[in-house]
Amino acid sequence: MSEVKTNEIKLTRKDFVSSSEVRWCPGCGDYAILANMQRVLPDLATKKENYVFVSGIGCSSRFPYYMDTYGFHGIHGRAPAIASGVKLANPELEVWVITGDGDGFSIGGNHMIHVLRRNIDLNIILFNNRIYGLTKGQYSPTSQLGMKTKSSPWGSVDRPFNPASVAFGAEATFIARGIDVDAKGMQDVLTRAQKHKGTSFVEVYQNCIIFNDGEFEDVSNKKTRPDNALYVEHGKPMVFGKDNEKGIIIDGSHPRVVDLGEKYTPENILHHDETNPIITNMLLQMSLDASFPTPFGVLRAVDAPTYDDLLHEQINQAKKQRGEGTLDTLFYSGDTWEV
Amino acid sequence: MTTKAIKRVDEITIRFAGDSGDGMQLTGTRFTETTAIQGNDLRTLPNYPAEIRAPAGTLAGVSAFQLNFSSHAIYTPGDSPDVLVAMNPAALKVHLKDLKRGGVILANANAFTERNLKLANWDSNPLEDNTLDDYVLYSVEMTKLVSNALEDSGLSSKDIERTKNMFALGLLFWMYNRSMDSTIKWLEEKFKKAPEIAKANVVALKTGYNYGDTTEIFTTTYRVDKAEVEPGRYKSITGNDAIAYGFVAAASQAGKELFLGSYPITPASEILHALSALRNFGVKTFQAEDEIAGIASAIGASFAGDLAITTTSGPGLALKSEAIGLAVMTELPLVIVNVQRGGPSTGLPTKTEQADLMQAIYGRNGEAPVPVIAAQSPADCFDAAFEAARVAFKYMTPVLLLSDGYLGLGSEPWRIPNPKDLPKIEVKHPDKSILDEDGVYMPYRRDDKTLARPWAIPGTPGLEHRIGGLEKEDVTGNVNYEPLNHEKMIHLRDEKIKRVANEYAPTQISGNKAGGKLLVLGWGSTYGAIHVAVERAREKGYDVSQAHLRWVFPLPNDLGEILDKFEQILVPEVNLGQLIKILRMNFPNEMTGLDKIQGQPFKASEIEEKIYEMLG
Repeated sequence: MSEVKTNEIKLTRKDFVSSSEVRWCPGCGDYAILANMQRVLPDLATKKENYVFVSGIGCSSRFPYYMDTYGFHGIHGRAPAIASGVKLANPELEVWVITGDGDGFSIGGNHMIHVLRRNIDLNIILFNNRIYGLTKGQYSPTSQLGMKTKSSPWGSVDRPFNPASVAFGAEATFIARGIDVDAKGMQDVLTRAQKHKGTSFVEVYQNCIIFNDGEFEDVSNKKTRPDNALYVEHGKPMVFGKDNEKGIIIDGSHPRVVDLGEKYTPENILHHDETNPIITNMLLQMSLDASFPTPFGVLRAVDAPTYDDLLHEQINQAKKQRGEGTLDTLFYSGDTWEV
Repeated sequence: MTTKAIKRVDEITIRFAGDSGDGMQLTGTRFTETTAIQGNDLRTLPNYPAEIRAPAGTLAGVSAFQLNFSSHAIYTPGDSPDVLVAMNPAALKVHLKDLKRGGVILANANAFTERNLKLANWDSNPLEDNTLDDYVLYSVEMTKLVSNALEDSGLSSKDIERTKNMFALGLLFWMYNRSMDSTIKWLEEKFKKAPEIAKANVVALKTGYNYGDTTEIFTTTYRVDKAEVEPGRYKSITGNDAIAYGFVAAASQAGKELFLGSYPITPASEILHALSALRNFGVKTFQAEDEIAGIASAIGASFAGDLAITTTSGPGLALKSEAIGLAVMTELPLVIVNVQRGGPSTGLPTKTEQADLMQAIYGRNGEAPVPVIAAQSPADCFDAAFEAARVAFKYMTPVLLLSDGYLGLGSEPWRIPNPKDLPKIEVKHPDKSILDEDGVYMPYRRDDKTLARPWAIPGTPGLEHRIGGLEKEDVTGNVNYEPLNHEKMIHLRDEKIKRVANEYAPTQISGNKAGGKLLVLGWGSTYGAIHVAVERAREKGYDVSQAHLRWVFPLPNDLGEILDKFEQILVPEVNLGQLIKILRMNFPNEMTGLDKIQGQPFKASEIEEKIYEMLG
């Protein structure tokens, strides 16, 4: 985080809009993510010139072109590695990684787990539309079993994984989820992501109107969303439903959906604790289980040392211990002789 | 004490050979350091198996270290050893064929057990039959002698047995009149936490030394006088360390921080090790999750303004190809180091080869020109790394630096440059003053002379811009797919790299500068062997000259003119003739190749023979 001081001139959304024409398909969920990012950044204390957006390849990875910040459109799957280099070169920079389910979790899966493990202070947004859009409609590692696509006309036999669970397995210190149609929820998690020190992983459910339209219908449709989406907040009870009439309890060793009333009240049901890995994992498992609502919000946020801090501390420490290295001390170290 | 004869010799080649666990690399390195300090010129050639510990006593497990030292300037680790230290029967079996007829064999007699002889395919004990009649054999019971000397040390017999390499080293120190001091100091430092081990090794070292001095087996010691080399302060350096130093120096002279993104790979890992130790120089090393992340992180660091490098060997270079293309497209400075090894595929990880030349020059999708520079000796790796970084900055381009296992792991004395004499490297980052009249930053507006684009770095107000792997519009850098723009950009990138040749110093001809019957033209690590071969042939009156390429791509502007001056051209390479193919594409001259692909560098004699064959 590089919140050194507030901007002298108040920035607005427009300051983050580049002159490039946005070329996503009309109705694509990516527009909403872009708009929310451009709305959130002016209120954060980072200077505009200190933002760097790094992406890989895919529809989502065009994102940096549309932000009037420093941007780097990389190669397929490698954005986390490129972004790591940017951040280690200059720790003052606020670095965002933009990736998709193919880019970040198929071709770039290796970089994704390692950047999360190292906890470099970056912010990653995974645009998850459960399909390959830019290559025109093949199944992705998050596509559901049985899904019929161009490369799986008989139905996919490729068992998907849950990216947020992968992030949890990779020791991510910050895991959050949003959805393209919910501006407020997304702005909240983007703000929290930037403020978190360490690698922030934000999954956004994003509709691909061309190749996988309606994939998230149960949680994007305003009518069905209240019953299917669980918005979690640290320290708050896990309630959902149109009138917050439902809640989550732990029954024995299993979570269970209950109706609130006399027996179960907001006070005595399960409260979210974003620092508790058992609760995080429970929420992640609920995402895969149709009998539970899908959790949104900050699912996990814990403090841990960041790679960038440790590296720069080590450099400072070494300079203190051995003195700042010069070419003289380097060249003349060890055995030398005069001729 | 008996008085023994001292014989003065000019040049000696020793090969230390033993089991992987016998510490031969370490023994060789200590002899090298001592010899360097005593002022001899030297070159070394480590040669070890890819397996960390192949089954003990087997032929596959033999590890060797060759050292050539002399009282005059030398350029190779020596063709055939004068002395072979054989710590077991397998070592003798593998290396005997290379030993000069009449050469010295120093063998550890205790290792020549029935079991070891069988493992090494000896039908009978060569120390006891007439196999070695043509050599001077010293069969010494090294294991027994150190066991006796250390019997009261309280150490286990295994620990005691391990010190036998120090015995051998001590004996050689005596034989070649070297001081034990620096090795004693080094042992005490290395085993600071286990002083009893340090002491045991020192005892073994001295036991070996005294054994030579007091027993009557050895009648003569040898003196190799100091070499007459350019005055200055020297240190012994391997090619991999010299590359690390070269980049630290380049970063310092450019006022930049150094970033290395790398994944460990033989035989390049020592560069990562050396730079990782230099935290107090502000060096940032990032051991990435794979080769691709190694270069991708370096590209990110370059975008953000560091001197960024990535180091690897052939298989890793293959993995980095796509990312090198990204650096070509984004026109960012970056140095990719390839310490070549035997290929294809995993190939011969610990052996040397020059077979990645085509991969370095052409191994990318699309038209993706990258300047390729080659180091020619271990110490020269310093200059090559410095120059690679300078050109990368000046032309805003990735540069590929080719070294190989022979240079990377081999060592020689390096004349330490005075840091004050190193050239400054000018690096400019634009600020708002570069904006055009509309207040827009043009990331692809080029310098007239070099065609380099400006390097605006994140954190600079007003110069926010986006770059990436998609084709750029000329000047603006915006994404652009138009046919004519693409063609123009291809030509611009091509022309920019062609102009790198304007940086080169004139190609040197050693021998007949005006031309003559034969030119031996090489690149990279063959320099030393070619030099010695050409010098020997010239001494015999042959009309032969040498030229060596510093940059293999783009080729020097004066090369055609030089080739035309000679009737015949010989191109020795440790591959199937890759440079010669490139030369034939560019020049009409008749050329003859000499290829050797055995995982070993050329011997000077091999090139010399070819010279005689060609000149009749």
